[in-house]
Amino acid sequence: MPSANYTREIPQRYRLEASRCKKCGAVHYPPRLVCPECKGREFEATVLPSNGKLVTYTIISVGPSQFSDQVPYALGIVEMEGGVRLMAQVVDVPLEKIAIGMPLTLEFRKLYEEGKAGIVCYGHKAVPA
Amino acid sequence: MRDVAIIGVGTNPKWGELWGQSLRDIFVEAALAAIDDAGVDHLDGMYVGCMSSGIFTGQEHLGSLFADYLGQKHLPATRVESACASGGLAVKSAFLEVASGYRDIVLAAGVEKMTDVSGAQATYALGTASDSEYEGYHGATFPGLYAMMAKAHMARYGTTPEMLASVAVKNHANGALNPVAQYQSLITVEQVLGSVMIADPLHILDCSPITDGAAAVIVCPLEMAKKISKKPAVKIAGIGHATDTMQLAHRADVTWLESTARAAESAFKMAGVSQKDIDLFEVHDCFTIAELAVIEALGLVDRGKAGEATMKGRTARGGDIPVNASGGLKSKGHPVGATGAMQIVELTRQLRGEAGKRQIAKARRALAQNMGGTGGSAVVHILEVA
Repeated sequence: MPSANYTREIPQRYRLEASRCKKCGAVHYPPRLVCPECKGREFEATVLPSNGKLVTYTIISVGPSQFSDQVPYALGIVEMEGGVRLMAQVVDVPLEKIAIGMPLTLEFRKLYEEGKAGIVCYGHKAVPA
Repeated sequence: MRDVAIIGVGTNPKWGELWGQSLRDIFVEAALAAIDDAGVDHLDGMYVGCMSSGIFTGQEHLGSLFADYLGQKHLPATRVESACASGGLAVKSAFLEVASGYRDIVLAAGVEKMTDVSGAQATYALGTASDSEYEGYHGATFPGLYAMMAKAHMARYGTTPEMLASVAVKNHANGALNPVAQYQSLITVEQVLGSVMIADPLHILDCSPITDGAAAVIVCPLEMAKKISKKPAVKIAGIGHATDTMQLAHRADVTWLESTARAAESAFKMAGVSQKDIDLFEVHDCFTIAELAVIEALGLVDRGKAGEATMKGRTARGGDIPVNASGGLKSKGHPVGATGAMQIVELTRQLRGEAGKRQIAKARRALAQNMGGTGGSAVVHILEVA
């Protein structure tokens, strides 16, 4: 991944920064330039709550090359308090204990390493609340 | 708009691991078959659907490459891309060019050469049809994203792994009768459930394969088709095209394919027909859960009832709503950019009565549904015997 790409995503990936539409109040993650709800173009930055619940998930046994050392791993859609949904790995819980609806909280973690000369990529993973 | 008909269709003799043929070879083979089938002496334009030739083969600029190697130097040629819906979008683009009166004889093709790279590289290429920054970054794969749809469908509607497997079993039974199909073998529910897990609850036999292949159709004004072709004219009666959120997480209901529902609504309205008027369906079964979600979004069964309908045999060749009589993506193979064009090739053959052992008797009207990503795009065509 080019470092410029990585750097510009840091606010949302590291700090869970989202955008709140000044017109209709809808919160978007990642931040957007146009509100798909009301077409508003003015936003204020907001930080997502870190608590939510699991909407759906899977356990990936065959992963992309940069995640192949982590299989099997659980990946799910988490609905945060307030309704914003995002994708995150579900960790620190035995895979067979994962269930739709379980309360989760997001923690800042290492996601993967690109390799010997590449970037170490960080973001959020979901753990049992 | 002018009425538009399909006068020629063509594909490779068999889809699969075509190691002896290059990207341009597989395109030219299918395009020549379509030109010969149509009996036309020239083309006025060309559209090619392809998802990711840059990653799969290191080649872009396909319009020019293919026009050149098809012996059509200087032909206006355009490449279109909408992930796995690229082929369907190429057909739509050719339709518009003819319907508008701008050109008369236009070729629409789909192509993908996927086996020149390793499995890991192919997984990466396919992953670019998801939101790379917010799905792929967290370790999502395509089977993984569809597996999340499946888990939610199971939790909400009681859909079972056996119901998912029954889609694959049915499509292999159909594909066994299709000489073009990559896998012409019968499988059982037990074999699907016993096959290696890719992304729970999807086993490898719930997934469509990695495939090389191309498919091509030639369209022209309906009036012209009746004059120059001896074969039954197949009219493109309706077209629908819609998009949806890129991320699965941004859908209010992850079990529902809104882009397919909207594209179908447009196509039905344009054709002036409804679900009950359609004799057979080719749909985008990239994974078993996809076929279930698609037939619900098309309104063929009630929400949540697709698994039950499949288990009862309603979607089999002899059922009341035959789905994927060709073998679908599952058995026929899924060269991603070619799939949408292949659906049109297959349905044209069915409507002409040329589908051999998999022929649906008295087929007069048919629907093709092609989608990109996790349903971020969808293209629906309704064809009928003119």
